[in-house]
Amino acid sequence: MSQSRPTFDTASLVEDVSLTRIAQYILVVVFIGFFLVPLEAGFVTALKTNEAVARSLPFVPSLGDGFTLENLEFAFNQLRDSFVNSLLLALPATIVNVLLASMAAYGLTMVNWRGQLGFLILFLIGIFVPYQAVIVPLADFWNNIFPIAEMLAPTFAAIPLLAEYHSDLVPLIITDIAYGIPICTILFRSYYNSLPESLVEAAKIDGASIAKIYRRIILPISKPMFGVVFIYQFTQIYNEFLFAFTLIVAADAPAAPVTLLIPSLGASTSGINYGIRMSAAILAALPTILLYVAFAEQFAKGLRTESG
Amino acid sequence: MATKDSAETTGSTAEVVDWKTKLKYVLNDDFVRSLPFWGIPFVIMGAAVYGGIGYTVAISFTDYQGLSEPDFSSLDFEMYQQAFASEAFLQAAQNNLVLLVAFTSISLVLGLFLAILLDQDIRYNETIQTIYLMPMALSFVITAQLWLWMFNQDFGILNLILTTFGLPAVSWIGNPQIALGSVIFALIWQFSGYTMVVYLAGLQSLPDDQFEAARVDGASTIRTYVRVIIPQLKEASVSAAVVLMVFALKAFTFLYSLTGRYRPPTGTDILATLMVREAFRDAEWAYSAAIATMLLLMALGVIAPYLYYQHRQGSL
Repeated sequence: MSQSRPTFDTASLVEDVSLTRIAQYILVVVFIGFFLVPLEAGFVTALKTNEAVARSLPFVPSLGDGFTLENLEFAFNQLRDSFVNSLLLALPATIVNVLLASMAAYGLTMVNWRGQLGFLILFLIGIFVPYQAVIVPLADFWNNIFPIAEMLAPTFAAIPLLAEYHSDLVPLIITDIAYGIPICTILFRSYYNSLPESLVEAAKIDGASIAKIYRRIILPISKPMFGVVFIYQFTQIYNEFLFAFTLIVAADAPAAPVTLLIPSLGASTSGINYGIRMSAAILAALPTILLYVAFAEQFAKGLRTESG
Repeated sequence: MATKDSAETTGSTAEVVDWKTKLKYVLNDDFVRSLPFWGIPFVIMGAAVYGGIGYTVAISFTDYQGLSEPDFSSLDFEMYQQAFASEAFLQAAQNNLVLLVAFTSISLVLGLFLAILLDQDIRYNETIQTIYLMPMALSFVITAQLWLWMFNQDFGILNLILTTFGLPAVSWIGNPQIALGSVIFALIWQFSGYTMVVYLAGLQSLPDDQFEAARVDGASTIRTYVRVIIPQLKEASVSAAVVLMVFALKAFTFLYSLTGRYRPPTGTDILATLMVREAFRDAEWAYSAAIATMLLLMALGVIAPYLYYQHRQGSL
């Protein structure tokens, strides 16, 4: 406190800054390695012959003899139908999810009525509920009480490009929509809450109906948020496992989405064939990785908002 | 609706409100007018979430198992008693507690460290953030496979590092003593980018001048963070901790995907995996529902104080 003000001793300043700087950048690079090595090792292993997998270092790519696309090809052929299933599941579920959530969030923010807090809390709890608490009734409901998959099977058989077994995805789609509503609603809500009140007030004074305000004002300006929620929720549903496991059950079921197949692919009595297993993992991860790299900012925004 | 009507009638007892005006009033009420928007999603979500929970809690008091029908005529706490007398349940609960505490605290600390690191005007900041957060875009099914390979006893990178330094190779997943630690390590890898992002948002919302003021006072960077900055990140810490803790309670997918079987690696069984195994492998519906109910109560034990705290803060 009694010391003199910091003087601008340029030489020591540069030295000090550059030393801490170097340490900082070393740390940054170490952590880049920490986060990327498991992915990188998986990727190079996917491109190795089984012999090279055992012989070479796990993170060094094999060239020449040790290089092969065979495992990748094998994994792709195993996963091909399930990729279609995953898309047929995730796309419609996400679209409906996003639309319903936007409406719900609008009804819960832009219009003021008493008792909103109670409903809001029910939505919020819905985000955090461990799904273990609902999977037994879910299986019971879709298998015994309302077997919609069975009911729709003939219809699906008649639709071109779809197969009868794709109807098994319908209960899963509805399930993913239902349990995705809370988080998507809260994402939209945080955005709607950040909008200036004057935006809606003026329209209200002009006598615009609630539906009209939604269509004319809210929908057009929430385009960026639709992007955020879509990317977030598509990734969630594509990556989802427990509901698929509960409703589709077997990895060899024709309607199984990608995630259901991965844990058993390339496994035999002699252990796991890591060339095949890594090929499958990388292929299955590819859609979400590409989506993530293209829209990293939106994805991060979704995650940030999730935690208040 | 009932409260609204009664409030109205008590307010105007003398007047005779004819039903037309009343109907018009009700229809113009914001609750009714906004109902078409949030009503449908609420009913779908409510039936799935709260209907499901209600049924699970109800059958947890029965003896429902196998192919029989649940019998709701004699309800008791037998399944809960059975759970607390079961070695497997207590072991799973203990593992779950270890996972919850270690995973949450280390992820928070590492995330905070990364956030502060990237807050130092690092170049290519956004690209680096994207890399650190990348594991969060992956399914647990995928990350389990990547880490199986990392943990592989003969060819995995972790043992490669150990043996390079002359240390003995470790059976990361096969040794029940350390399997849970390995799982926690892999999950920290997946989640610390997430805590970093939450902390970075918190850091960026702090006014710059606080930092400057501490600087002028001559405080070192580390002291500034410990004394001034970190205490102000309480809200970020709390919300990230809630997400992490709730995840630790329901982390089924990662553990299942390590083996592809109902039984995760020995030493890593938690309540979530035990519950799914009791339900879908053994058809012990009532018993699994009791475990699920306890999981739910634990999750609520985490969420309820958090929501109350947020409500008090006015940020709900």
